Amino acid sequence: MPKSIMSVSVLQMHGCGSQQAVTLSVQCVALVLLSGCNSTEHLSFLNPQGPIATAQSEHFWLVVAILFILIALPVFIGTVWIAWRYRYGATKSKYVPRWKIFKPLEYFSWGIPITIVIFLSILVWEDTERFDPYRPLTSSTPATHVQVIGYDWKWLFVYPEQGIASVGMLAFPAGQPLTMELTSATVMQSFFIPALGSQIYAMGGMVTQLNLQADRPGRFLGENTMYSGDGFHQQKFAAVAMTQADFDAWVQQVRATGIPFDATALNAIAMQGTKAQLRTVLAPAAPAFDSNIYFTGAKANFFTDLVMSVMDDKPLPSTALAPAITKGQ
Amino acid sequence: MISELFKRVEFYLDARQNKEIFIYPGLNLGAEHSNVHTQAEATVFGFWVFLMSDAIIFGMAFATYATLLQGTAGSPGPRELYHLGPIFIETLLLLTSSFTFGMASIAMKYKHPTSHLVGWLLVTLVLGVIFLGMELDDFRTMFAAGGLPTQSGFLSGFFGLVPLHGLHVTAGCIWLVCMLGQIAVHGLDSETKLGLLRLALFWHFLDIVWIFIFSVVYLGGLA
Amino acid sequence: MSWSTTLNHPLGLLDADSFPFLAMLGSDDSDIFINGLLGSFAAALVVISVMVVVALLTRYRAWRTLWFDWLTSADHKKIGIMYVVLALVMLVRAIAEAVLMRAQGAVGLDGGFLSSDHFAQLFSTHGTIMIFFMAMPFLTGLINYVVPLQIGARDVAFPILNSISLWLTVAGAALVMTSLVVGVFSTGGWFGYPPYTGTLYNPGVGVDYWIWSLTLASLGSTLTGINIAVTIYKKRAPGMKLYYMPLFTWTALCTAIMMIFAMPPLTVVTLQLALDRYLDFHFFTNGLGGNQMNFLNMFWLFGHPEVYILILPAFGVYSEIFSTFSGKVLFGYKSLVWATMSIAFLSFLVWLHHFFTMGQSGHINAVFGIASMLIGIPTGVKIYDWMWTMLRGRVRFSVPMIYSLAFIFLFVIGGITGIMLANPILDYQVHNTVFLVAHFHNMAVPGVLFGMLAGYTFWFPKAFGFRLDERWGRISAYCWIFGWMGAFFPLYILGLMGLPRRSVAYEQASYVPLEIVAFVGALLVAAALMALVIQLWVSIKHREENRVFVGDPWDGRSLEWATSAPPPEYNFPVVPSINDRDAFTAAKEFGVGYQEPDTYVNIEIPQNSAMGPVFGGTSFLLAFGLVWQIWWLVILTGLVTIGTLVVRGFQRDTLKIIPAETVCRAHRHWIQAARSAQPIKRSQEHTAANKGRAALETVEVST
Repeated sequence: MPKSIMSVSVLQMHGCGSQQAVTLSVQCVALVLLSGCNSTEHLSFLNPQGPIATAQSEHFWLVVAILFILIALPVFIGTVWIAWRYRYGATKSKYVPRWKIFKPLEYFSWGIPITIVIFLSILVWEDTERFDPYRPLTSSTPATHVQVIGYDWKWLFVYPEQGIASVGMLAFPAGQPLTMELTSATVMQSFFIPALGSQIYAMGGMVTQLNLQADRPGRFLGENTMYSGDGFHQQKFAAVAMTQADFDAWVQQVRATGIPFDATALNAIAMQGTKAQLRTVLAPAAPAFDSNIYFTGAKANFFTDLVMSVMDDKPLPSTALAPAITKGQ
Repeated sequence: MISELFKRVEFYLDARQNKEIFIYPGLNLGAEHSNVHTQAEATVFGFWVFLMSDAIIFGMAFATYATLLQGTAGSPGPRELYHLGPIFIETLLLLTSSFTFGMASIAMKYKHPTSHLVGWLLVTLVLGVIFLGMELDDFRTMFAAGGLPTQSGFLSGFFGLVPLHGLHVTAGCIWLVCMLGQIAVHGLDSETKLGLLRLALFWHFLDIVWIFIFSVVYLGGLA
Repeated sequence: MSWSTTLNHPLGLLDADSFPFLAMLGSDDSDIFINGLLGSFAAALVVISVMVVVALLTRYRAWRTLWFDWLTSADHKKIGIMYVVLALVMLVRAIAEAVLMRAQGAVGLDGGFLSSDHFAQLFSTHGTIMIFFMAMPFLTGLINYVVPLQIGARDVAFPILNSISLWLTVAGAALVMTSLVVGVFSTGGWFGYPPYTGTLYNPGVGVDYWIWSLTLASLGSTLTGINIAVTIYKKRAPGMKLYYMPLFTWTALCTAIMMIFAMPPLTVVTLQLALDRYLDFHFFTNGLGGNQMNFLNMFWLFGHPEVYILILPAFGVYSEIFSTFSGKVLFGYKSLVWATMSIAFLSFLVWLHHFFTMGQSGHINAVFGIASMLIGIPTGVKIYDWMWTMLRGRVRFSVPMIYSLAFIFLFVIGGITGIMLANPILDYQVHNTVFLVAHFHNMAVPGVLFGMLAGYTFWFPKAFGFRLDERWGRISAYCWIFGWMGAFFPLYILGLMGLPRRSVAYEQASYVPLEIVAFVGALLVAAALMALVIQLWVSIKHREENRVFVGDPWDGRSLEWATSAPPPEYNFPVVPSINDRDAFTAAKEFGVGYQEPDTYVNIEIPQNSAMGPVFGGTSFLLAFGLVWQIWWLVILTGLVTIGTLVVRGFQRDTLKIIPAETVCRAHRHWIQAARSAQPIKRSQEHTAANKGRAALETVEVST
């Protein structure tokens, strides 16, 4: 792997060599490293896969360019030049030990940072509002609605409109908005799909929101970034953007092969353990088509009932789950 | 720059001739001043700073209480648990104790007989102890009505704030007893006076905090 | 674990299983065994170190000296030195943990040798120690040592309180060290967010160790803050206006004020978490009306000012060093003062940027983001003014200056990534990733630690009377600088590749090369630490040829250089009157740097007091009792603590008098030494010729 990165980076560097801007070559090196060699999953927002991540990536390079060109470079060059020219023993430069103030330089020292911060503030004010995770994305097609619940140490995705649920895979149609509501059934967690955009906390007894979109079909790394215990580092999932037809087929497949989303299933999910451990409990001889776990019969009121039950520290009402009879089927 | 040095030399030579102001550039080693007075000043100033820090602690406890006010989670809330009658009497007790401590401070400042000072301090102590007794009785009543801190966020906020003040008053009472002891052993020497001065600040500070508790917690909770 | 269950047990929760070493022996799981072996090795190191120290003290009959000259001392200089010793000891442990974590990272593709739980304890203790028991004691130690000297004071305003603050910090540090031997430490990180740190998810003693060590540290720091602020306000030498104070004193003042206001929220929040854990309160639980966001708000209401509590004294050190080692007055003094104060003020208004991702409205995030970027303005001003200080000066590249120049380069990079994190839209991306880890280590290591190490090198000759070895100092400095770059530049990139912080293992093969680079960097940092130890050893060995008794080895500018090295217990025979900034330089230029006063008087200084060590002992046992729920111990030590305070209140005549003749003799001896010493040029300052008398070189040269 390292070898392939090296060779690609040389190529990329060469490609950028004709361009003058220093930032661009920096960008190239970084991009190569960031896009990595993992072709199956997109890791980074610097290789953006959706409108939010694209905006973040552009914002990132803009801020990097401004700060490196206007702040870092002059300071670096200036410090080296001053330290050398006025080194002890230098004979060609003037030594003025009592030189303590020079108004124009003072105006410069305050003026430069003030100007840059004012400019960045305008940028921040506009972009923060525009790309607020709560703000629904405008689109001609309707949004896919998913409810996300953090458990120790896996994410449960409930599709209230489709009546299905999944652990380990967040499938959704590409090219249209994905609207999520999030909560936690346990400690505080942070839901994150870097290649698509922002992360947001999921907290017990509270609901947060997140709006993302994928430009085209693909697999993206999804994770929890807030430390939550032993299995934290394995709390990953695949966010998979599909064509509408593929998504419909996926839903059908889940409906056909999923485990009933009943009290037994929920108890197993609520136990501390990773996705792999959950699979050994729930579906030892799983007929499912990949390493994830799928459920049918998820109710539309489950999410709200769960939030309320955590908030009031009471057990989940039986009406929130599929009836236990389905278990035998 | 060199002219600056010249100016200094001139200034120095002038000063030598006049023999009145004799100042070197930079630092001068003259006569040593007594620093007893400045130490007393620093001690009292330091205590003010400490009170400022303590006020932040109460501020945090107040903020926590305010944010948890709605979190009763089905257990008794302010209306079921607060009884203004005893609280009002406690408020009067504490305000009076602040007044009596003020009288003690006056007795100390104008060098009245020490017995006056001790008398006022004893009255203050008694008022403080009665206040604490009544407050404990309040808590007992609340417990009996199901108002335990384990019941809800709101009650946690309450018991994180009001008993914090009670603990401070307890500390104040113990300190007061110690000061009476110091008066007995050392008389009214400057250290005892400094101690009383700081205790007075502490006592009035707790009075102010209580006024906030009375208005924000009790009156606010019942409004 | 509810308190009531342990009421009838004399040792509370403590039993044989509480010792990880014994638990390891009882287990046949190889994973537990490896992690247990590492833990036991560390525990054994702690125990053996303590035993070796005890043995050495007994062998050289040093117990009396230790007790009377050091532990019970109320001298701000000795207390300062003890703070720095504590910081260096804790630094060794925390660096060892860091190397272990990076080693795990290098082999962490789908596994590694550390268990999740062990790794979590490592990052929790690493963070807790580095902030509360390394950086805080280090800066408190430097401030303690230097500030009273810089303002021409005999001591701090409250010397015994100073000793108590030190011992509270020591007790907290001892508690963290104890957790290695008995029980476990928290796995909740240095900020320990509930509900993860609540009893429901973390029933063991780990979080309690964290709570009580932080509580002790926060109390100690609050008292320190009060002490320093009052000292600077009330104890300045006659004539020293606020605008005459050296920059380091200014930063100490701002830090002290921030400690006074920022430490109480930490005290409150840890105690509330303790109430949740011990008495089933509902401050931060998921259910029953608890509110975990309160914890975040209050913790960062402390935590953000804390960042500047750490960095401001380092800024102060850099200011002194840029001026001294450029042989030139500080450029833009008033700008630097106002920049310092602006940073202190703004730092209280930005705490929300630690949780932009909590789901509040975009406008609130934008306001806090902009407020955070505002801090970049005064910080930028400082960088420029340090550059202009070198401009038209004569820069010497000594060890403190190497740190300071490296600081400028690396800190600018850290500042830039800080501005990025202050952009909510970017924070949504890099929050909680190792990008964030790289950023705050960028501020904490090249920012804070380089400043502390530069200050250590700078003031060491003042404190001990001999210079540190320059060659090993340089080796150490370059290892720190390049080691840091190796260890943390890769983390910036890994963060942009989506690696969450605190991951014990990962599944992406593309992370491996960068993780290996980071591990090599960490090894270089370990080498830097080793070089620091060797430097100290070599310097002590060659101390005789490096003596600088006259006390001014670097051609210093402020008052601390105007007395012998080491200074007498009372600092100055006569408290000087000040009528200039850079008072000592002005005096030297005028030829009155070493003068004799007209008269000598008796000097009163505080007597030693056992209050500090007693407080340290009782508060440690009190906290230990609370962790293990040994209730009789809690009550007993609580009563002893209160009793000590009461008894102290009854004490009088706590001062001792140093007779005028003694002062006179000591001062004349020093003046004699100063007058007979050869003033040396800066080009010779690292040679044996440097006896601490500086030749006048600050004369204008035009070409």
